[in-house]
Amino acid sequence: MIKQKIVLRYPPHVVEQPTIYHLIKDFDLMVNILRADINPKKEGRLMMELSGSELNYQRAIEWLREQGLHIMGLEQQIIWRSDRCTHCGACTVICPTEALAFNRPEMTVSFDEYKCVVCELCLRACPARAMETLVENSNSK
Amino acid sequence: MKINRSIEEINEKIKAGKAVVFTAEEIIDVVKEKGLEEASAQVDVVTTGTFGPMCSSGAFLNVGHPTPRIKLNEVSLNSVPAYAGIAAVDLYIGATALPTSDPANLKHPGDFIYGGGHVIEDLVSGKAIRLEASAYGTDCYPLKRIETTIRLSEINEATLYNPRNAYQNYNVAVNLGPKTIYTYMGVLKMNMGNANYSSAGQLSPLFNDPLLKTIGIGTRIFLGGGLGYVAWHGTQHNPSAKRAENDTPVYPGATLALIGDLKQMDSRWLRGLSFLGYGATIQVGMGVPIPILNEEIMRYCSVRDEDLYAPVVDYNRGYPYKEGTELTLVSYADLKSGSININGQAVPTASLSSYAGAREIAGTLKDWIEAGQFTLTAPSAPLPSIEAEIKLNALPQKDPDKREV
Repeated sequence: MIKQKIVLRYPPHVVEQPTIYHLIKDFDLMVNILRADINPKKEGRLMMELSGSELNYQRAIEWLREQGLHIMGLEQQIIWRSDRCTHCGACTVICPTEALAFNRPEMTVSFDEYKCVVCELCLRACPARAMETLVENSNSK
Repeated sequence: MKINRSIEEINEKIKAGKAVVFTAEEIIDVVKEKGLEEASAQVDVVTTGTFGPMCSSGAFLNVGHPTPRIKLNEVSLNSVPAYAGIAAVDLYIGATALPTSDPANLKHPGDFIYGGGHVIEDLVSGKAIRLEASAYGTDCYPLKRIETTIRLSEINEATLYNPRNAYQNYNVAVNLGPKTIYTYMGVLKMNMGNANYSSAGQLSPLFNDPLLKTIGIGTRIFLGGGLGYVAWHGTQHNPSAKRAENDTPVYPGATLALIGDLKQMDSRWLRGLSFLGYGATIQVGMGVPIPILNEEIMRYCSVRDEDLYAPVVDYNRGYPYKEGTELTLVSYADLKSGSININGQAVPTASLSSYAGAREIAGTLKDWIEAGQFTLTAPSAPLPSIEAEIKLNALPQKDPDKREV
């Protein structure tokens, strides 16, 4: 068994393909969609957790690449710029998954990218703007 | 009192490299272990620190004269307007100033990605800043327009002058309303989804000298990573705020106006901030050394978060519309634990002031004093305290056209 959080980036020409249907039907994977940003005829983005057998997962990833989709790990989506962070802690009550956490007694902020679900609430809630995303999208601005 | 130490004696020890210094956090255990008398006998200085958003901050700049000369009228630095209603090439850049092109809250909540605080941070980090100015032209100052760049090292003076910093205590902000609100106390989720506070508590300078017995006009301090001084009492200075038994106020109390040479400061401790839906501001790092003149001062310096209280205030209606008072008082120990209890509801807490930063500032000041690089000053004059009986005024909305008798 394998369980992996990934991000799919759809070029405009494949946005309308029933990708998820094939992942379930042809590769017997369980799909848990965390977030989707899909618009007809525009580049789209889908964040999800895939689980299933290792072999099926690898075959599915290969198939997705063949369809022209870009695949990235979820943990690469949000970047914590520790040089910008002042360790106030304002983000820690906004982050819904405790990916941004406040450590006591050190009284410092830490970021666990594996807990992050890329909701992006921290991007604007951080007064020092220490959180950044690599992906251009309407919510980050 | 058995201990009676003068600033001069302390400075002699500092110069000899023999001063005993602790931070306001470390001193708590020292006093607990040794007792007040012995700790007072052994310790010369306690250092404090705070690193929080402080909107009432800004810098006076003298940018020098171009050829021909100019009397600056409308000025912007990186598109952020500066105040030029003083001498020809003097100006003041305030921390919360926004570019005229900033959409502000037209699309609520606005981002406020760049403002005066960011200009100050960029100046201090040595970056070139775009200066654009217009003038009406005079016989003595004929130039009418200039577009150029300035750098901190190239201008004549750059003086940080912050009219209100280092608040002695502050509100804990919650939102009793049905939707998220965007405030200078951060994003506040509906139905008390979070409680935001902003004080270093036991490390905060004015919590360690609650009646201003050592801090006064001319006190030398850590400001923005360099040296600064207490210039005056800050705006909205309210030493009349209600106090606990340990003399610390349980509401926002005293404030300080601070001054210092921007050229020797560090952008690490002057950081531009963007408060979603509220505006731009600056995070200022400052710290004050407190001379242990006697046991009374040491008792003040040994105050703990458990004994410091702040009011929980609703920022949906309570604060903006002055409806009702605080919900309850909570201790800084509870605030720093990550959760407080308000009317039976567990509310997660977050700080806007960096305690890690406060700790580092108090530690740096301690290092400077121990190394003999920083000596203490006696105030030139005291700041108004309780006996001044200051009362804060509200702004009445009068008919300005009606003649007042």
